[in-house]
Amino acid sequence: MSPVHALVPLAQTPGQDQPFQLPPIDYAALAPMLILFGVACLGVLVEAVFRRFRRARIQLPLTLMGLVAALVVVIWTASKRTLTAGGAIAVDGPSLFLQGSILVLGIVALLLIGERTLERGGPFVAQAAVTANTEADRAQAATAEGASEVFPLTLFALGGMMLFTTANDLLTMFVALEVFSLPLYLLCALARRRRLLSQEAAMKYFLLGSFASAFFLFGIAMIYGFAGRVDFKSIDQAIIGSSMSPVLLYVGIAMLAIGLLFKAAAVPFHLWTPDVYQGAPTPVTALMAACTKVAAFGGLLRVLYVAFQRAQWDFQPVIGTIAVLTMLVGAILAVTQTDIKRLLAYSSIANAGYLLIGAVALNKDGLSSSLFYLVAYGFTVLAAFGVVTLVRDADGEATHLSRWAGLGKRSPLLASVFTFLLLAFAGIPLTSGFTAKFGVFAAGISGGQAWLVIAGVLSSAILAFPYLRVVVLMWLSEPAETTPTVSIPGALTSAALMIGTLATLVLGVAPTLLLPITTKAAEFIR
Amino acid sequence: MSTFPFLSVLTVAPAVGGLVVALLPKDKPALVKRVAFVWSVAVFAVAVAMWVAFKAGGPQMQFRESYPWIPTWGVRFTFATDGIALVMLALIALLVPLVILASWHDAEGSRRSVPLYFALILFLESTMIGVFAAADVFLFYVFFEVMLVPMYFLIGSYGGQQRQYAAVKFFLYSLAGGLFMLAAVVGLWVVGGHTFDWQALRHATFATGTERWLFLGFFLAFAIKAPFFPFHTWLPDAGGAAPAGAAALLVGVMDKVGTFGILRYCLPLFPNASKYFAPLGMALALVGVVYAALLAIGQKDLKRLVSYTSIAHFGFIGIGIFAFTTQAASGAVLYMFNHGLATGLLFLVVGMLVARRGSALIGDFGGAGRYAPVLAGVFFFAGMASLALPGTSPFVSEFLVLVGTFTVNKTVAVIATLGIILAAGYVLWMYQRTIQGTPNPALEQVEGMKRRLSAREAVVVTPLIALILVLGFYPKPVLDVINPAVKATLSDVGKSDPAPTAVAVNKEAGK
Repeated sequence: MSPVHALVPLAQTPGQDQPFQLPPIDYAALAPMLILFGVACLGVLVEAVFRRFRRARIQLPLTLMGLVAALVVVIWTASKRTLTAGGAIAVDGPSLFLQGSILVLGIVALLLIGERTLERGGPFVAQAAVTANTEADRAQAATAEGASEVFPLTLFALGGMMLFTTANDLLTMFVALEVFSLPLYLLCALARRRRLLSQEAAMKYFLLGSFASAFFLFGIAMIYGFAGRVDFKSIDQAIIGSSMSPVLLYVGIAMLAIGLLFKAAAVPFHLWTPDVYQGAPTPVTALMAACTKVAAFGGLLRVLYVAFQRAQWDFQPVIGTIAVLTMLVGAILAVTQTDIKRLLAYSSIANAGYLLIGAVALNKDGLSSSLFYLVAYGFTVLAAFGVVTLVRDADGEATHLSRWAGLGKRSPLLASVFTFLLLAFAGIPLTSGFTAKFGVFAAGISGGQAWLVIAGVLSSAILAFPYLRVVVLMWLSEPAETTPTVSIPGALTSAALMIGTLATLVLGVAPTLLLPITTKAAEFIR
Repeated sequence: MSTFPFLSVLTVAPAVGGLVVALLPKDKPALVKRVAFVWSVAVFAVAVAMWVAFKAGGPQMQFRESYPWIPTWGVRFTFATDGIALVMLALIALLVPLVILASWHDAEGSRRSVPLYFALILFLESTMIGVFAAADVFLFYVFFEVMLVPMYFLIGSYGGQQRQYAAVKFFLYSLAGGLFMLAAVVGLWVVGGHTFDWQALRHATFATGTERWLFLGFFLAFAIKAPFFPFHTWLPDAGGAAPAGAAALLVGVMDKVGTFGILRYCLPLFPNASKYFAPLGMALALVGVVYAALLAIGQKDLKRLVSYTSIAHFGFIGIGIFAFTTQAASGAVLYMFNHGLATGLLFLVVGMLVARRGSALIGDFGGAGRYAPVLAGVFFFAGMASLALPGTSPFVSEFLVLVGTFTVNKTVAVIATLGIILAAGYVLWMYQRTIQGTPNPALEQVEGMKRRLSAREAVVVTPLIALILVLGFYPKPVLDVINPAVKATLSDVGKSDPAPTAVAVNKEAGK
C-alpha cells in the first residue's frame, strides 16, 4: 500500500463516545418490502384460521394483491434515491429496478405456483412430513389439496430477495440472504410427485447453501477485520486507506464471492443447480431460475460495484476466469443432458456466465446491460418452465427428453412457443435473448474484457446444440408410443406463458422500451 | 419514383405474404400455391421497377431509407443498395417465383403442411432481401441470423434422407460463424464510435491489431457461409438433403451472402486487414476450386455433386475478390449473379429428374435421355452453363476473374484454370452416367420417368435459359450496374489496377 493511507483517517467506529441513537427510518422507501412481509404474515394467519380447502382460494388473491401493491409502490417511488435505516438500506436506481423486476417476475411465477387445474390439488404435496412411497403418501398424491403454505413462503422469499438487492452493508445482506434462502429450501421439498427426489434436492440445497452462507459470514469477518466497518462506503474508503494487511481484503472478497456466486450458480459452485432444478416442483424451479438469479446478481453487482470497485484489478481476473468456466462448463454439460429440467438448469448456469461478463465489466454499460439481461432472461425462463409443467402423463410431468419426441405434431402451438423460447435462449435475433446478450457483450468489450466475449461466443455456439436437439425432437422426430399428452393449460398458466413469451418477443423486437429505463437506473449510491 | 421506399417494401412484402399464406386453410393447397406464386411475382415486379429506377452512374448507395429502431445503441433500420446488392436483389426476386413454381408438388410428398412450406419460402425471401438491402451492420446481422430459421425448417421438415442431421449441421455451422461475427460486430461498435451505420463506419480507422481481429470475426462468418475450404463440409449435406427448390435458393442466393459480405463489410471497413489477409483468402479460395472439383467428380448423389461444384465456383468468386483488380472483382460479382442462374437452373432440373426417378443417386439413372429427351437437353444446357462454356453467362464472369487475376498473380490464375478443366470432367461425366450410356433396366419400371417436360416446368426453366444465353453474349447491362460499385469498393481498399501498359504486356505474355 502507498503512504497515502496514513493520511486518510479510518472511519470511526461508533459506540464509546456518543450514546446509541435510533436512526431515522424512511418508511416510504421500505414500503415495498414491508408490504410483502406484512402480507406474508397475514398469509400465515390465514393458514391458522381457515379450513384447508378454503385456504388456497384466499391465499392466491391475497398474495397477488400484496405483490401488485408492492409493485405499485416501487413504480411510484421510482425516482427516489436515499440511504435509510442508518445506512443499512440503499434505495437507488439499481435497487428499485431490481425490486420491480423481482416483483414482476414473482407475479408471473406465482401464476404458475397457483395453478390448480393441471393436477388435482396442485403441484405441491399436502403434508411434507408424510413419508414418501407409503400408503398415506399415495393417498395424498391422488386426492389431497396441496399445501397452501407455499404462498406465504413465496412472499417471504421474494421479500428477502428485495432486501438483498437493497442491502447496503454486509450484515444486512447476510440477513437478507438467509431470509430468502430458508423459504426456498422448504419450497424445494414440497413436490407432490417424486417426493424423494424433491426431498433430496431440498437437502442438498440446504446443506450446500449453509456452507455458502458460512463462507459469506466468514468473509464478512475478514472484511470487518480489514475495514473496521461492514458498510459498503467504509469498505470502499478502507481499500485505499486501511493500514491492515490486504490479505484480509483478498480473503474476504474471495469468501464473499463464494457465497454470492453459489446463489448465482456459477462454476465451480454450481453443483447443486441441476439436482435442485430437477427435484423441486417445476413452478418453484421457475421462481428460482428467474427471481433468485435477479437477487443473486443484484447483490453481487452491488458488492462489486459499490464496495470493491477500487480493488477491481485484484478480483477482475479471478471473476473473469469464473465467468469463462461458468459459460463453458454450463454449455458443455448441457449437451449431454437427457432431462429437460436439467438441460434448462445447465443453460441457466451458462447464462449466469454471460451475466458475469456484465458484472466484471465494472462500467455503467455493464450494470445497465446486466439489469436488462436479468429481466429478459427471467421472462424467458419462466415461460420455458411453464411449458414444462404442461407436458405430462399419468405420473406427472414427463421431463425425459425422449418423451418430447414428436410433440410438434400433437400440439403445434405449444411446441411453437417452446421453439421460440429455445431460439431466444440460443440468442437468435428478434428475441430478447439476442438483445440481452448483445448488451453484455458490448459492455464486456468496452470494459476491456474482450476475452470474456470470445468465450461467451464460443459457449453460445456450443449451447445452441442442445437447444436445437430439443427442436429437432419436437418437430422432426416421429411421435413415439409414449409421447405424453399436453394438458390444456389453466387460465393462470396460460397467462404466465403469454406474458413470458410476449416479453421475450417484445424485448427482442423493441428493446428500446426497456433500455432507457435500465440506462437511467444504472447508478448506485454509496 | 425514386422516393418510393423500394428496399423496405421489398423486405417486408414477402414476410407479409408468408404470413398470409401461413394463415390460409390447409385443405386448399391449390389456393395456397397460387397466392404464394402471385405474391412472389409481385415482389419481382417491384424489383424490376427498382432496377429501372437505379442510376448506374449515380451515387454508390441509392434508395437510402433510415428509421430509428434502438436509439440507445444507435441501431437504425437503414436500407441502401449499391450495384452489387442490386443484382443480388434482382436474382432473389427472380429465383423465388421460379422456385415456388418448381416446387409445386414437393410439399405434398412430404406429408407435412403445404401452406407452411410456401410460407417458409416467402419468409426466407424476406430475410435474404433484408441481408442484401441492409446498410446498418446490426440490421445486417439480424437478417443474417434470422435467415437460418426458415431454411432450417425447410431442410429439416421437407428434406430427403438425413434431413435432421443436415439441418442441424447447417444451423450450427452458420450460427457458430455468426456468433464470431457478433463478437466482431460488438467490437466494431465499441471502437467505431457507437454507431452501426455502414457509411459512417467506413470512415472509421482502427488500430492495426484491432482491425485484424475484427476482420477475422467477419471473415470467419462469411467463409463458413460462402463456404470456403475448409468450412465447406455442411454444404453438401444441406444441399443433398434439402428439397430441390430450397437447395436452389440455398446455393443460388443464400451462400452469396458470404462473398457479398466480404465485399460489403470486410473490404471497405477493414481495408488494411483485408490487404494483410488477402493471401489467406486467396489460398483458401484456390484450394476450394481444385479440391471441391475433385470431390465433385467422386460423388454418387446428384444433389451433393451439384453442391460440390458450387464450392468450386465460390472458390473462383473468392479469387476474384481478393485479387483486388476491377476486372477480377467485377467478374466475381457477375459470377455471383450468373452462378445463381446456372446453379439455380441445375438444381431445379436435378430436382425434376429426382422427382421422376424418386432417387438422387447417380447409379439409379443411366440412359435416362431416351425417356425424357427435352429434360435431358435442359440438363445438358445447365451443365454446360455450370462449366462455363463460352456463350453462356458464367463464361464471361469466369473469364473476367481469370484475366483480372492474371494481371496481378499469374500462379493463382494458372492453377485456377485447372478448375475449368476439372469442371468439364465432373459435368460431362455426371451427364454421361445419368442421361447417356447403357439404359438402366430399372428405369423401365419407373412410371414417372416417362413424364414429359410439363408446361409448368417449361415455364420454370425458360427464363433462366434465356437469361444465361443473353448475358452470355451481352453482359453489359449487368456489368454497367456492377462496375461503379466495384470500383468504389476497391478504392476503399486503396487498390487501383496496375498501370494499363503493364496489363497489356502481361496479356501479351499470357497469350
